[in-house]
Amino acid sequence: MGKGDVKLLGLWASPFALRVRFALELKCVDYENLEENFGGGKSELLLKSNPVYKEVPVLLHGDKPICESLIIVQYIDEVWTDGPSILPSDPYDRAIARFWAAYVDDMAYPYMRAIITADGEEAREEAIAKLKESLVVLEDAFVQSSKGKPFFGGDEIGYVDIALGASMEWSKVIEKAFDVKLFDEETTPNLLTWIDAFLAHPAIKDIMPTTDKLFEYAMNFISPPSTKAAATEAY
Amino acid sequence: MASTKKEEVKLIGFWSSPYSRKVEIALQLKGIKYQYLEEHDLKNNKSPELLKYNPVHKKVPVLIHNGRPVVESLVILEYIDETWTQEPALLPSDPYERAMVRFWCKFIDDKFSPAVRKYLSLGPETDGENARTEAQECLKFLENELKGKKYFGGETIGMIDIVAIGLAFWQRTLQEITDKDLMNKQDFPLLCAWAEELLSCSVISDNLPPKDKFISLIRSRREAAAATSK
Repeated sequence: MGKGDVKLLGLWASPFALRVRFALELKCVDYENLEENFGGGKSELLLKSNPVYKEVPVLLHGDKPICESLIIVQYIDEVWTDGPSILPSDPYDRAIARFWAAYVDDMAYPYMRAIITADGEEAREEAIAKLKESLVVLEDAFVQSSKGKPFFGGDEIGYVDIALGASMEWSKVIEKAFDVKLFDEETTPNLLTWIDAFLAHPAIKDIMPTTDKLFEYAMNFISPPSTKAAATEAY
Repeated sequence: MASTKKEEVKLIGFWSSPYSRKVEIALQLKGIKYQYLEEHDLKNNKSPELLKYNPVHKKVPVLIHNGRPVVESLVILEYIDETWTQEPALLPSDPYERAMVRFWCKFIDDKFSPAVRKYLSLGPETDGENARTEAQECLKFLENELKGKKYFGGETIGMIDIVAIGLAFWQRTLQEITDKDLMNKQDFPLLCAWAEELLSCSVISDNLPPKDKFISLIRSRREAAAATSK
């Protein structure tokens, strides 16, 4: 299969779709960005391409669909090999990167979602506490993985940077919407520096939605209590 | 190609854990020699080794290769395949095929297994129709994946077969104990044939928990759960 004809089915606000866009940008891949509009129902193309989950993102390479954001990122890394590597080359380092990306998916993201969709203050406080605990674990992971360099991947953005970094504007939205500090100098000083470096990276900064734009979008479903379903769909 | 440098491979596991057994199957398929360390009391008294090598999750399995730990079964399986490159390959070499293998493995762990477990753990007095439908929807996806193939990996056992092993033993045994109709020959002929094929391979059957001991364990857990919910 040739490298041409790449399409991405995504949602501009979805951190999962953003992960894929970052990987494509890092590899300088030409692609067509197809924006789903869930307000109008899921497109035929999405339902056909991802019958199991019916969710974005889906990468369409030729006529072949690839689903699940981190699986797509690994696919991009394995197909476009003349760009910078997203995963390290050593099998043990790859295992560590995969472990921390899975941790982000299994711990950080569900807690972020739980904060946004929480039914009541108590549930929200609990989710915030759990997210903060997981960010302290990730602070330690960053120190060990980066070895003094700016990113989890070292000198360059890598797999874990993409996995976690895609949700950093959402974390700012959470901080603003609920008047809470998720990152601070005391518990996550290195992650604070990392966030700035990540968001300033040329492959990231022009694609990542601004905090204001995301905040405005989030306000459609965070405040009113009746739209928990909409919130779950959007994040 | 055989490695000439000293290789020390250890695995911390638990006899009834499907995740632990999956890693053992992979190691044995590749002919890798390892020292097995059984966790005796995962619930109340985790070993210092487990806490040292998996401080984040404190769970089995933990592969320790030359003193360095690898945890999470899917991560371990890929690590095994990338480190010991002899046959059989657990993942194919084509990037698209690899993405498909990863997708189905994640599906089995994240969506399929919880759906099946949920249905099989419902008590007899609960209306399990929705849960059963959800579990069977998941089974249908896997049944479709097997079309025209002996194993998910094609002619040889691959990573999906290993990750799906729960179906051939753990979930199957639970089905028997609970007398629930979930994976039957009529609706899922390919999956049933696949399970039989797997169980006829000694590397698989030698690495399954002893059935009677497993049934006793499940029965005692269910009794304990029923007692605490009264």
